Amino acid sequence: MSIRIGNGQGFWGDWLEAPVRLIEQGPLDYLILDYLAEVTMSILQKQKQADPALGYARDFPPLVGRLAGAIRKRNIKVIANAGGVNPIACAQAVLAAAPDLKVAVVLGDDVFARINEFLAKGYDMGDMETGESIAGIRDRILSANAYIGAFPLAEALATGADVVIAGRCTDTALALAPMIHTFGWAVDDYDKLAAGTIAGHIVECGAQCSGGNCQVDWTSIPDLANVGYPVIEASADGTFIVTKHVGTGGRVNADTVKEQLLYELGNPRQYITPDCVADFTSIQLSDGGPDRVLVSGIYGGPRPPTLKLSISYANGWKAIGTLVYSWPQALEKARAADRIVRARLQSLDLSFDEIYTEFFGVNACHGGVAPANPDPPEVQLRIGVRDQNRKSVDRFTREMIPLVLNGPPGATGFGEGRPPVREIVAYWSALIPRDEIQTRVEVVS
Amino acid sequence: MKRTMHLSEIAHTRSGDKGDTANVGVIALLPEHYPILVRGLTPERVKAFLGDRVKGEVERFELPNLGALNFLLHGALGGGGTVSLRTDAQGKTYGAALLRMEIHVD
Repeated sequence: MSIRIGNGQGFWGDWLEAPVRLIEQGPLDYLILDYLAEVTMSILQKQKQADPALGYARDFPPLVGRLAGAIRKRNIKVIANAGGVNPIACAQAVLAAAPDLKVAVVLGDDVFARINEFLAKGYDMGDMETGESIAGIRDRILSANAYIGAFPLAEALATGADVVIAGRCTDTALALAPMIHTFGWAVDDYDKLAAGTIAGHIVECGAQCSGGNCQVDWTSIPDLANVGYPVIEASADGTFIVTKHVGTGGRVNADTVKEQLLYELGNPRQYITPDCVADFTSIQLSDGGPDRVLVSGIYGGPRPPTLKLSISYANGWKAIGTLVYSWPQALEKARAADRIVRARLQSLDLSFDEIYTEFFGVNACHGGVAPANPDPPEVQLRIGVRDQNRKSVDRFTREMIPLVLNGPPGATGFGEGRPPVREIVAYWSALIPRDEIQTRVEVVS
Repeated sequence: MKRTMHLSEIAHTRSGDKGDTANVGVIALLPEHYPILVRGLTPERVKAFLGDRVKGEVERFELPNLGALNFLLHGALGGGGTVSLRTDAQGKTYGAALLRMEIHVD
């Protein structure tokens, strides 16, 4: 007996049609969706501070409303981290859009209000990369969440809920939870938990394992316009098949799956999650037929005694300005324009933490590795600045477009107008003993 | 028999980010290419090839079960994520850049 888990969204901003097509174009038991990039939590926390009824992904309730009929008729379960920093408000909005569905939330990951408590207990929450003390950013923290794993989500599924809404769980937990729930895997079934985790890693970026962003024979990948988002067919023994609905575009084979396995991977033997440590060097792939890859042989080790905190904080401002120069001498003109902008900024006594220039069409993507391109038909000059002083960054945004009239000849590409000044939200990762995080499941009505 | 080949002839790549570190997965196109990658695509050579685009160290991990190597390029993204001013702040074209590399076959 196997269960079918489809990921309809690799990030908030992914193709809106994907989850609908996953439901409509083939058999499915679980629909999972990822809404939370790291930057999202800080945005949602700000929304909630302005209005206590907000702080969740507002696209999610209307999507559930659109799918409600199919969900009820075919007993499909939906699991999403759309709850952000306000899962209960999200659940209430889902119920308003789909009153016939049962909705449960998972709470306990949001520790924004607990930072002082943790400090008082002696947890220094130093940066995992640099060891820096959190004191330096304490007054600029915008959000703080613990990454929780799959067991609380499985507990929510056990209530019989049609829709499970979490805040900050790991993306892989979304895929692992249905397996724990259906097959009754225990907290020490490390090999199976590792398998479910790796299945989650394969599908967590949506079509990036089913033909999207694939380097091998990409021109022959069929019908990417109708790419099928991935489906895991999971079995109780921890083996699984990666596939997509029959008749959809895209491709699932060893090449597409391997590329996604390697994506955003650190030490492959130590893929650490709240539920286990997975060993990517144990993965065995074999051909399961057209657009079907069988995955087996996975083993893993015990979960760590700590959980990872994802903390976002305000860290200055940035802006990016661009202009385009055409042949002849496109690169020379762009270089001259860059020198002029920098000279004018300097004459205003403006300095920046960083000012960075790229020349598109020449070396923006590959830097010095790219061969020289001596006579390009056009070049885009792109200057970025960042600084803690918003006024400096704001003044920079006024210094590009004047060059159309007072700089080198033939500038264009200014039609988008003065660039916006954006707040930089940076991330801080720290560890906390896992006992400090108590999750709970609530059925919302 | 050729002494050197371009990486693009024997491997495909996928790159991503973890903070200011770019990861590049290098996957052998055919099983017989994997030993060539293991011998020829060393962290030192990758760091030398990428030059000052990578400010920190380069680490390499082996996944023989997948015929793949995973490189971590530290300090490669101009601060990474939202801090970086680069167009490719998330390192999505690093894998393609590595395909230009010449690798010894013998």
